[in-house]
Amino acid sequence: MDVSAADLQPDSFEELAMPLFEQLYNFAHWLTQNRDEAEDLVQETYAKALKGFVSFQPGTNFRAWMYRILRNTFLTSRTGLKATMTMPLDAEEDGPELAVERETPETILFERSDRELLQGALDQLPVHFREILLLCEVEEMSYQEISVALSIPMGTVMSRLSRARRALREEIRKMQGAGAKA
Amino acid sequence: MVCDAWAEKLDAYLDGELPAAEARAFGEHLRGCAGCAAESLRRVQQKLAVRAAGRRFTPDAAFRARIQQSIAVRKPARWRRLWFPALAGATVLLVAALLPLSLHHGRRGDEQVLSELADLHVATLASANPVDVVSTDRHTVKPWFAGKIPFTFNLPELQDSPFTLVGAKVSYLHQSPGAELIFRVRQHQISVFIFQEQAVGDARPDDAVQTALSFNVRSWSHNGLRYFVIGDASGQDLDKLSELIKSAG
Repeated sequence: MDVSAADLQPDSFEELAMPLFEQLYNFAHWLTQNRDEAEDLVQETYAKALKGFVSFQPGTNFRAWMYRILRNTFLTSRTGLKATMTMPLDAEEDGPELAVERETPETILFERSDRELLQGALDQLPVHFREILLLCEVEEMSYQEISVALSIPMGTVMSRLSRARRALREEIRKMQGAGAKA
Repeated sequence: MVCDAWAEKLDAYLDGELPAAEARAFGEHLRGCAGCAAESLRRVQQKLAVRAAGRRFTPDAAFRARIQQSIAVRKPARWRRLWFPALAGATVLLVAALLPLSLHHGRRGDEQVLSELADLHVATLASANPVDVVSTDRHTVKPWFAGKIPFTFNLPELQDSPFTLVGAKVSYLHQSPGAELIFRVRQHQISVFIFQEQAVGDARPDDAVQTALSFNVRSWSHNGLRYFVIGDASGQDLDKLSELIKSAG
């Protein structure tokens, strides 16, 4: 979704931004985990984006730009500050990839796990893992887009994504274990 | 178990981020390596499961309208160009409705019907709660009308079209209940009204292209029902939507 200089008319903001409305709201709700806060976050994002639209750099990715505004707005909110207290240092993440896990395919059966279980597991993840998984798997963003949206280097995108996927599998395993005991 | 040589690149391959040459090489490796193939399958399943589970929250139509309005309010020129004429038109219609009936004697029936429909359409656009059932799913919207209107109708499949179903509500024309369906194409909202023929009375704004208060209108009859498609979208858009609805029967 690269935007050219010709597209950068004040009137074109609505045409570019409104098609992203549903997905931005979904992402905001996942971050805030609350409908009212998600609405406030989306509203503030649109207000900031409209105000800053004149400074948007033509030729760059508009979708990633909108997500970056939303995410930065979230990080400075009370909920965001609280949620990101466990955020890792990026320097720590740029190190070598951890050893590859050796799960057998039988350990987690995603094809049999229901949607609610997965949603519960995603809810339990730290926000920096949840957001990168959503951008990659749900929004189907490229690593480059994710790098822009989260303001992190490409190397960090790859390592954080890998850790996030592993954390999700761990969380599902825990929930399945708890369910089996119950 | 994944081969050590490919372990770190598996995710990038499945995310479509591996350079073409490496992706080809890994693809060939997969054909002969059961461990890597099984692990790839498991991770693809995880990706698909997260994708499905991640599409979880849907904003309501009123919130969407608020956002759209907040964008429009900050753009005076666009606001005046698009909303002021619509609201002014609604005001004129309201005043006209309060004038003595004698003033309307000279008006043709079809013009009256189109004016009333334009009025209903503008009222929907201006409303904070434009629809009573909020859904993009035709299988939700159609059953919602059961017991609310004295007829039924089919809704088209919109998957490969530029149109989105926003929702619907019950509307009234000449005291008869009918369906009002709201569709979106880009930033335009289009109302589709469906009434029984007798509700329209003698008016026959037949299949010709019509306009009412500058809105484009398309109209046709089918199975004793009269369909009206009205909005500020282009005539081509209205034609396309009309064809889709007609094809649904």
